[in-house]
Amino acid sequence: MDGLIYSILGDPFVQMWQMPDFFIQVIWEGFVSGILYALIALGFVLIFKASGIFNFAQGIMVVFSGLTLVGLHALGVPAFVALLMTIVVMYGLAFGIERLVLRNLVNQPDIILFMATIGLTNILIGGGQWIFGSETKSMITTELLIPTGSSVWEPGGGLVIFQHIDIAAAVIAALLIVSLALFFSKTKVGRALRAVADDHQASLSVGISLNQIWVITWFAAGIVALVAGIMWGARSDVSFSLQIIALKALPVLVLGGFTSVPGAIVGGLIIGVGEKLFEIYWGPLLGSGVEGWFAYVIALVFLLFRPQGLFGEKIIERV
Amino acid sequence: MFYREAGQFKTSYAEYLQALPLREDKVGIAIWLLLAVFYVPFFGLPGLEYTFAMNAIMIPVLIFTITALGLNILVGYTGQISLGTGAFMGVGAYACYKLTTYFPDVNIILIILASGFVSAAVGALFGLPSLRIKGFYLVVATLAAQFFLEWCFIRVEWLYNYNPSGAIEVPQREVFGIVVTGAAASPATRYLVVLGILIFLTIIAGNLVRGRIGRSWMMIRDMDIAAELIGVRPLRAKLSAFAVSSYYCGVSGALMVFLWLGAAEVESFDVNHSFLYLFMVIFGGLGSITGSYMGAAFIWTFPILLKELGKRVFDIDSIIMENVSLVAIGMLIVFILIKEPHGLARLWQLGKQKLRIWPFAH
Repeated sequence: MDGLIYSILGDPFVQMWQMPDFFIQVIWEGFVSGILYALIALGFVLIFKASGIFNFAQGIMVVFSGLTLVGLHALGVPAFVALLMTIVVMYGLAFGIERLVLRNLVNQPDIILFMATIGLTNILIGGGQWIFGSETKSMITTELLIPTGSSVWEPGGGLVIFQHIDIAAAVIAALLIVSLALFFSKTKVGRALRAVADDHQASLSVGISLNQIWVITWFAAGIVALVAGIMWGARSDVSFSLQIIALKALPVLVLGGFTSVPGAIVGGLIIGVGEKLFEIYWGPLLGSGVEGWFAYVIALVFLLFRPQGLFGEKIIERV
Repeated sequence: MFYREAGQFKTSYAEYLQALPLREDKVGIAIWLLLAVFYVPFFGLPGLEYTFAMNAIMIPVLIFTITALGLNILVGYTGQISLGTGAFMGVGAYACYKLTTYFPDVNIILIILASGFVSAAVGALFGLPSLRIKGFYLVVATLAAQFFLEWCFIRVEWLYNYNPSGAIEVPQREVFGIVVTGAAASPATRYLVVLGILIFLTIIAGNLVRGRIGRSWMMIRDMDIAAELIGVRPLRAKLSAFAVSSYYCGVSGALMVFLWLGAAEVESFDVNHSFLYLFMVIFGGLGSITGSYMGAAFIWTFPILLKELGKRVFDIDSIIMENVSLVAIGMLIVFILIKEPHGLARLWQLGKQKLRIWPFAH
């Protein structure tokens, strides 16, 4: 029994202390995957805030945008033109979804809209595999001028490796978040978006077109998805299995709160770092693969004590 | 003309309360039952090869109908969305496997029915968060169940008797001298066993949702605060819904492995299957027993038929047809949500209404 308690509460920390370079490496790896979780969660939050729709298709939008980019490049389109064309495709997707799906489902209960996005997920999976094939593809990293080397840092005789892709991912994600924040607070459209998030009817009454706003939010979520798709594709590959990993954005949302942009980021980082640490230091006690469910169980525990998340608005029910 | 209640008078309270008050409904269901029991096991489905009709269509459709019934109790009647169905089916399957390993001589049908209780216990455990959270937050809780249980099915080697392949292989079991499970069982036997269990569970589900407990589920679904105010205990209503739903899922999972697949790995219980079952429930109709039958039959047979059609008529590769059917199902889901959010069951009801007033328009 003492041995068990030691291996849970003692040994992992001793390992962290003895090999600080490895510890830093694990934190860094967790940090980078946390950024990617945060990006996916950000797409969810944008749509949830603007329309109250829980967009289940966000994960597949990440895959779809990545596939479109790679597929266009494979047709011989130069990388940056392909990037622009992908952005156009994401706009077309947002427009089509609003026109064909959302507009017809106004005023339906949330569960119906949620299920419509599951149907949408199916369409995007089937369509994506139909057009681009189901095999995994590698992201056009060098063509997009994303650095691929690695830097080595040696703190006190240790060894920590930073992939340049990961650094680029962190920087790009930070830029994206800053520009989104500026867009929300400084531009007219951004203010309209915030007004819609606050109150649909009031914003309608001051002349904001809800349909237009929805297209813009889905487009913004599509852009976030594209960035997440590029970064994730550069780290591993572009494949449909990413869709299951993208479900991890859900526990991130629970942790951060469904309506909070900073919450999505902080939640993503907590989940990313937490699951890596747990996998490396506590995972061997349970057998490997705990990464698959750790995030969800953390979210489950969290839900029991603070259902609104770290930064979410308090859930008040009125009758 | 053929379907109206005129002239059928009820003379006692009990007659009003029966499950199928209309004579036409009774006759209709009797015809379906006669066909299912006396025609299908011997001749299969018209126009299809016998073993294909049994193994690829009839048996899985009946099994998934049980799943859809269970999920409908949770999603349609109680209003709690679950994405953990696949894992709860897995719990039933592994429980059945362990039970029949320890008690090889006990009737396998009893073991299948008993393994549902293990699944019910697990389901109620993972339903606990539903007391504090609802809606999409609950989706996350059920996803936690899904991924955690999937991991258990891989890592806990005791569950599959330390089999190096990681799969469970169904042993041969006999009931009254007839082989029911394993490779030697005939399709007709397996079909009839599944059908029997399905009919039994349908009767129970139909009466549960008509009764006191079913009404408390529907009150929780429609407005939980109001339900609480007039004396429905959310704890009891929600957890019983989770338990009953998981019982159905567990039984169908055990049936799926023992009477249909014959062997199973963790892939048979993954999250994509959970989505498939949710589609069946949405498509058939939330909160409808008939809808569970229609949804399971439609969602399961539609891709198969599409694939056959593509192969025979247009000579298209089956991989492409698979993607086409994914897109088609997605579009159908969106379409039916827009046009008729209550699913096929509602269309069926509208059709019956039309028949009642025919030949008049109103």
